Amino acid sequence: MAAPTTLPSALADAVRDESSLRRFLHGLPGVDQVGVEQRAAGLGTRSIKKAAKLHAIDLAISMVDLTTLEGADTPGKVRGLAAKARRPDPERPDVPKVAAVCVYPDMVKTAADELVGTGINVASVATAFPSGRSTLDIKLADTRFAVEQGASEVDMVIDRGAFLSGRYGQVFEEIAQVKQACGDAHLKVILETGELVTYDNVRRASWLALLAGGDFIKTSTGKVQPAATLPVTHVMLQAVRDWKSQTGELRGVKPAGGIRTTKDAIKFLVAVNEVAGPEWLDPHLFRFGASTLLNDLLMQRRTQLDGHYSGPDYVTVD
Amino acid sequence: MWEYAPAPESRDIANLRPNYRMFVDGQFVEGSGEPLKTVNPATEEVLAEVSTASQSDVDTAVKAARRAYDRVWSKMPGSERAKYIYRIARQIQERGRELAVLETLDNGKPIKESRDVDVPTAASHFFYHAGWADKLDHAGYGPDPKPLGVAGQVIPWNFPLLMAAWKIAPALACGNTVVLKPAETTPLTALVLADIIAQCDLPPGVVNIIPGAGDVGAALVGHEDVNKVAFTGSTDVGKIIQGQLAGTDKKLTLELGGKAANIVFDDAPLDQAVEGIVNGIFFNQGHVCCAGSRLLVQESIADELLEKLHARVSTLRVGDPLDKNTDVGAINSREQLAKIKELTESGEAEGAQRWTSSCPLPDKGFFFAPTVFSNVSQAMRIAREEIFGPVLSVLTFRTPEEAVAKANNTPYGLSAGIWTEKGSRILWMAQRMRAGVVWSNTFNRFDPTAPFGGYQESGFGREGGRTGLEAYLDV
Amino acid sequence: MSDRVTVAKTYKLYIGGKFPRSESGRSYPVTDSKGAFLANAAQGSRKDARDAVAAARKAFPGWSGATAYNRGQVLYRVAEVLEGRREQFATEVAASEGVALKKAQSLVDTAIDRWVWYAGWTDKIAAVLGSSNPVAGPYFSFSTPEPTGVVAVLAPQQSSLLGLVSVIAPVIASGNTAVVITSQDRPLPAITLSEVLATSDVPGGVVNIITGRTAEIAPWLASHADVNALDLTGAPESIRADLQRSAAGTVKRVLRNKASEDFSVTPDLSRIRAYLETKTVWHPMGV
Repeated sequence: MAAPTTLPSALADAVRDESSLRRFLHGLPGVDQVGVEQRAAGLGTRSIKKAAKLHAIDLAISMVDLTTLEGADTPGKVRGLAAKARRPDPERPDVPKVAAVCVYPDMVKTAADELVGTGINVASVATAFPSGRSTLDIKLADTRFAVEQGASEVDMVIDRGAFLSGRYGQVFEEIAQVKQACGDAHLKVILETGELVTYDNVRRASWLALLAGGDFIKTSTGKVQPAATLPVTHVMLQAVRDWKSQTGELRGVKPAGGIRTTKDAIKFLVAVNEVAGPEWLDPHLFRFGASTLLNDLLMQRRTQLDGHYSGPDYVTVD
Repeated sequence: MWEYAPAPESRDIANLRPNYRMFVDGQFVEGSGEPLKTVNPATEEVLAEVSTASQSDVDTAVKAARRAYDRVWSKMPGSERAKYIYRIARQIQERGRELAVLETLDNGKPIKESRDVDVPTAASHFFYHAGWADKLDHAGYGPDPKPLGVAGQVIPWNFPLLMAAWKIAPALACGNTVVLKPAETTPLTALVLADIIAQCDLPPGVVNIIPGAGDVGAALVGHEDVNKVAFTGSTDVGKIIQGQLAGTDKKLTLELGGKAANIVFDDAPLDQAVEGIVNGIFFNQGHVCCAGSRLLVQESIADELLEKLHARVSTLRVGDPLDKNTDVGAINSREQLAKIKELTESGEAEGAQRWTSSCPLPDKGFFFAPTVFSNVSQAMRIAREEIFGPVLSVLTFRTPEEAVAKANNTPYGLSAGIWTEKGSRILWMAQRMRAGVVWSNTFNRFDPTAPFGGYQESGFGREGGRTGLEAYLDV
Repeated sequence: MSDRVTVAKTYKLYIGGKFPRSESGRSYPVTDSKGAFLANAAQGSRKDARDAVAAARKAFPGWSGATAYNRGQVLYRVAEVLEGRREQFATEVAASEGVALKKAQSLVDTAIDRWVWYAGWTDKIAAVLGSSNPVAGPYFSFSTPEPTGVVAVLAPQQSSLLGLVSVIAPVIASGNTAVVITSQDRPLPAITLSEVLATSDVPGGVVNIITGRTAEIAPWLASHADVNALDLTGAPESIRADLQRSAAGTVKRVLRNKASEDFSVTPDLSRIRAYLETKTVWHPMGV
């Protein structure tokens, strides 16, 4: 196995062969479920008000990967979403743009055409999303297709079956090859934490993805429950924090699925701020995979600025 | 940078009054002692004037408790006592925010702790013990165990309301009546508890609350008509009380100081261990008798753990205790702050390496930035004496045997922490800890069903659970 | 033909499983209830007490760490060996306490039965006094009784064997070790009991027996920092309060039972509870 980036010797050793990789992953400190959930709940009681809240709302908007991943997706739906991404609140031009629009590979071209020159990224899921149950060739072809169509970000899924049966080398190899197939596109590695079940697995999968070259680690496809929970995101934020302390590199985290309210989003930002650190409060290093979240952020933004509660008819549905 | 805006809880909720009076025989009455002024340690402003008890007031209160014991409370069926105690539990819940804000004003602890720990746990203690009142036959002390009579109780300033609950709830459930002296610097929530007790229509004299300083406490525990003494506070005072009671028939329980070891093995869940270490020593500004004030870390992971610990402690927000985002509040008094400073200076003088969080501190009030000493040896004062503040001493060990030897190398024995993912090692270690509470892969957990109390100079007797009833029964 | 001359026994201390004379070299005459000379007993000193505490501390980890089943068998063995020397004890108790031989036999029988009673408790204490605590959170919490450590016992002055057994057995049943000051004027059954202990699998140091002047030695035990608990049963009234004040210096557990305790009735658990600490252990429950 070959590490895609130049790693410090301890980490380079970890990916030397299958058994070193296993030893490394199993040598990571365990995660105590009750402890991490308690910490997440405790941080969740932070009370973010006034200017801090407004700042958080704008930051969260700028971190949204506005997503549609339906069998019923059409060019019309995607065009609408792209319009929303460009101007989330048409009456309020000072609202920041979202970070990216996230679609299936066959919708990438539509999205890319709509977003030319906006600075908004086009993200595509790939690798036989969401199950990932296909051959490596097909997954790589899926990735190349998305990139050729204009995706600047690729959201791949790991082979959870391989991970759960202990074939870590296979998972590593797949990520590394997809990364190669991405070319210049950024790679987000979806762990599908709801299927990994334990926090120990989430920590191991996070490190595996970071070692294999993922630019982001992402919680979920959104198709499996539970998806992006706070404690799971804590564990992943700890991984990128520890990755930085060992390599000096900054990698990103993307919770996706189930984050629907501003209140929830702010809890995640507090976790980013206090678990990973303030430098992760940046769309290059933290994203929300979401669709309905954006409108709640917009409503709350209006509430903050207007001094009275807003309603769903005052934000656009796309 | 993303600065959190201030998010203060409104102090109006506390219904703070300019004057508070003592509660004797069902009435709020002026004490004849010198009134005391209680101070908000976060601002140094006087919160209220509180009347205190004189020697004769102590006598009046004990007599009221005796009358209530003889005429009403000891004769009342347990099932009826229970309903009074349940009422108290419910009223504490109903007035929870008021109590939380008042506690934070008077004590200096962060509102998130008074709101999420002190007040709910106080309510749960009454609720739990209420249920025992008519089930004492089943408590394992033989049929129809009898109460002791009048309980004289003296509590500390670190958990003013919660300690009152720990003391009063089991005493009442077992059929005793109570005279309780809250701490000199934190009398207010106990007097609101008195208001709750009055609103619950408890018969006059069943609970009496008499503020005052140490002399009032000494008069109370020394009163000849007191049958039971319960004290929570320093080991020094505990020894004085035990000596004072020599030769009497009074039953005594003591919950005293500690110097707990929090032991982290190289296979620990590190991130949670860091949380547990932080919670263990910075919870309630370290004003906790069972605080994990000695971190014993396996040498092979000491550097890595310290690095994580420093990073985590740097995120602690120190400041206005009423702010919902404050993690570490004010030191309870000027005297306590001076004691913490003196001990930390001794740590530096004795050669330990000091690291202090660079967090900003308020200009006014009594504050102390979270501090971690490394390269500490067992011989240093900061490893042996209870600092009772946000100061952690870090020592290392090489083998489990050495960890046990160092952990137990103290006259105290209140609590211990063990962090390892190896189950058999947890049980091996837990068995060897000379400590009344052993938290493994967690720290500072409290529950009315779980007995709490110390070995050796950390005191004797237990509070909570079936075991805790023994302290208030003639068995 | 004259009767054979009996071999007179030298009565010594029992410390750390050995039978030393007092380091002070002192002894004192012991008489029967009518004043007739019975034997010289060693007059223990504060240094003997110190040695005994050291021996008891040394024995504590092994004895408290032994399985409850093992401790039960050891206590039962004491009863077995005592039964075998029933007549010897009856004679000594009768002489010491001035009771008829039949009464003395009954006292010895009750003493033997008391060992059996406590032997049966060793492996039940934790179940009866411990608990699983249904705490309001995702934790498993249990409380278990543990021995407090080294217990200094001032044995009853009147009841030379039954009283003695009734105060020692509850101390060691739960895993504590004991330093016992015997009845001052009736020490001989205690010394003979130490021979029983020495020959019935009780590890050396678990029980240490000192004869001598209670009022002279007790204050050293009450103030000794390595003693965890103190039983005042046999304390002279005049020094009880002083002993308690001394005990407060290291926050000792003090059992304040009076000499008037009736040892003939089956006890309750209070003497066992007196020397137990409750240890509460918490652990999260998660995957």
